[in-house]
Amino acid sequence: MLKKRSILALFGLLFILLFISACSNNTSSTGEESEGSGGEDQTTEEASGEKTLIFGRGADSIQLDPSKVTDGESIYVTNQIYDTLVRYQEESTEVKPALATEWETSEDGLTWTFQLRDDIKFHDGTDFNAESVVFNFERWATSAEYIYYGYMFGASEEDLGGIIEKVEATGDYEVTFTLSEPNAPFLQTLAMPPFGIASPDAVEKHGEDYFKNPVGTGPFVFEEWLPDESITLSKNEEYFGEVANVDKVVFRTIPDNGARFMELQSGSIDLMTGLNPQDIQTAEDDQNLQIIRRPSMNVSYLAMNTDKEGPLSEKLVRQAINLAIDKERLISLYEGIGKPAKNPLPPSLWGYNDDIEDYGYDVEEAKALLAEAGYADGFDITLYTFANPRPYMPQPKVSAQAIQEMLKEINVNVEIIENDWDTHLNVTENGEHDMAFLGWTGDNGDPDNFLYVLLDKDNAKKGSAGNIAFYKNDEVHDLLKQAQTEMDQEKRTELYLKAQEIIHEDAPWFPIAHTTPPIAASKNIVNYSPHPTGSEPFNLLDIEQ
Amino acid sequence: MLKYIIRRLFMLIPVLIGVSILTFSLIHLIPGDPARSMLGEKATEAQLESLREELGLNDPYIVQYGRFLGNIVQGDLGESIQSKENIAEQLLYKLPATVELTIFAMILAIIVGVLAGVIAAVKQYSWFDNISMTGALFGVSLPIFWLGLMMIWLFSVVFNILPPSGRLTSGMELTTITNFYLLDSLLTGNWAAFKDAFSHLLMPGLALGTIPMAIIARMTRSSMLEVMRQDYIRTANAKGLRTRFVVFQHALKNAFLPVLTVIGLQFGLLLGGAVLTETIFSWPGIGRYVYLAVLGRDYPVVQSTILIVATIFVLVNLITDILYKYFDPRIRFD
Repeated sequence: MLKKRSILALFGLLFILLFISACSNNTSSTGEESEGSGGEDQTTEEASGEKTLIFGRGADSIQLDPSKVTDGESIYVTNQIYDTLVRYQEESTEVKPALATEWETSEDGLTWTFQLRDDIKFHDGTDFNAESVVFNFERWATSAEYIYYGYMFGASEEDLGGIIEKVEATGDYEVTFTLSEPNAPFLQTLAMPPFGIASPDAVEKHGEDYFKNPVGTGPFVFEEWLPDESITLSKNEEYFGEVANVDKVVFRTIPDNGARFMELQSGSIDLMTGLNPQDIQTAEDDQNLQIIRRPSMNVSYLAMNTDKEGPLSEKLVRQAINLAIDKERLISLYEGIGKPAKNPLPPSLWGYNDDIEDYGYDVEEAKALLAEAGYADGFDITLYTFANPRPYMPQPKVSAQAIQEMLKEINVNVEIIENDWDTHLNVTENGEHDMAFLGWTGDNGDPDNFLYVLLDKDNAKKGSAGNIAFYKNDEVHDLLKQAQTEMDQEKRTELYLKAQEIIHEDAPWFPIAHTTPPIAASKNIVNYSPHPTGSEPFNLLDIEQ
Repeated sequence: MLKYIIRRLFMLIPVLIGVSILTFSLIHLIPGDPARSMLGEKATEAQLESLREELGLNDPYIVQYGRFLGNIVQGDLGESIQSKENIAEQLLYKLPATVELTIFAMILAIIVGVLAGVIAAVKQYSWFDNISMTGALFGVSLPIFWLGLMMIWLFSVVFNILPPSGRLTSGMELTTITNFYLLDSLLTGNWAAFKDAFSHLLMPGLALGTIPMAIIARMTRSSMLEVMRQDYIRTANAKGLRTRFVVFQHALKNAFLPVLTVIGLQFGLLLGGAVLTETIFSWPGIGRYVYLAVLGRDYPVVQSTILIVATIFVLVNLITDILYKYFDPRIRFD
């Protein structure tokens, strides 16, 4: 009995001791832990002279092969490891040289020739050359698993190559693409993160496991991946661009938004995405923290089904609805991350038509338009919305209710129908709705990627519609088609400006907002400028001591 | 006894077949599929179709189920559709994380819960009884989510004495053998890693252990109260045994049976249902693994993991049943 008790007591004592030592360990040992290269505590950086950036995010990467994924968390990491042939300018979506130093296109726009850098090696020590570019493009044209390749270049089951007819090494450091049809956004598409060039040797060596052993030419080299915990990268000393300022980048997965923010407050991470809206103000008030906003490349909108018989097929009614919704009040539901939209294009894109004047909020005018259209007594209508927030729409249900209230003013009775995300996409593609919420995040920073995908009659096909307003205007179609094959950007800009005017007049949408996703960072993070496409490498970023 | 165990193990087979059919049907019944979830709003019909074909999702359900079962019988848990990771490899890493956390939480819950329950019963209606039972009431009603966030805020942000999340400080060296970090650090004699892993376990362990702790405390108290009224306790007291001996040797042992049932059930529940705790404390365990797989419609991951968890659940129940005999030798298994 006594023996048993003393054992119990011993255990208890051990437990308490452990607790105390575990606690005290964390407060006092910050300087000593320097052997553990770049620990959680920022102070370890000073001790070891190493700068470690710890980036907190909500989910782990799915694969570190950017050609096979669409999730932002994978792309964020691969941006550091890979380079693309060309790259976006720091502040816009126009391109500048990267792996390719210069390029030219034939007059018919069917042939593109790229001169490549001749002084680069992959992280595994093999040479980067024209053959490696060809290898990558040929690899992407072998399966529907290479999602973005298929999507951007129009691949199909029969023709996995899409509009790229062939890719040839026409010199040691010269690559020539032959297209089956002219494609004006081609260059901007090549700057997208999924088209990062991988080391052919590594791809062949690792085979199916390549996605967890990524090898590129970028500013950081892959080191370690602990699934659902962290991904560690270290600086590439041989980088051909500006060599990184920080020695290591650790991407940590911290699923809960609130917990992640507390980690930032306690200093165990330096940077985080996915803030709860109510934490934005807290971060702005905190003298150790800062909020950095990613420029917007998205749009949220209310699409009005112009194809369905009834009031919405009439332009006057759609204009009336534009006038009857108070956009400012709707945006207040975005909790400070949304700017009102008047065009389908976000303002960060070239071709944005700033001369267009938004409809504004005018209930009387709206009533007059309805009366003119013969709907003075109003009508009943459905509004389809989705259950979970999206980056471009933080509160879909409440937004729908707000619109329901506002349209009551002009005697329009709105019935709200809420579905989960997958179902919402299905029913709106099939055109079951009168009105529906949706949004879009741009891929390559080309206006074509918004206007053609979302508002051209080619994409208003039931069952796979990007254009869920089923808006079919031949003039717009001609302008957009012409802009796809026109290689001169100034002329393309003209065409897009014109198209936006017509779309504004026809009002197939009520454009709602462009959001600027906030990033919270500790105050000593400098030179971090997030790119609208989410494609920024961290080589310029620095941590001030 | 041995016969009983063998019989129970054989019964595992129909149970697991049932579980696999149920899981398979449920996950296939939810709208959406992995192809849709991989492509999102960017999907074109042609792309969806060719991806489905490649992933084998166009085969009849019975063929897909047969393929799954065939692989399982050969000991192959398959690979994730989304990430292409080998599921068995993932489980070797994530299962120990969950089990370690669960065992830690249960040890906390049992020590504190049983002690509080016993004292509350012996000193019925005393201040300790009132306070601990009110505490237990809070314990079962507090949302883990809230409790976890408050703990992080208090111990990590305000006092900065405990690490807010994860299993180990990044950069801490530890050679893993079993992937139970406490065990591994002891086996390799790595005291620094042991302390680090232990300090990472404290908050999630406490958060996860709160509800079982409260349930165990209440169960122990009510069961003890009943036993303490029995004649043999009065006899024991009357013949002058020390109170402590009477309480722990005579009363607790007899009162423990219902408590043991609760412990067994709670243990199984924690193993499969630690999603919230794992989310808040960034614990890389199987709860979150399955949760994310369901969202991404990653069929193989959901099916295989649930099968493994079900197996463990059944085994835990078996162990509980065997332990009954220790506490009540009258129980016969034949």
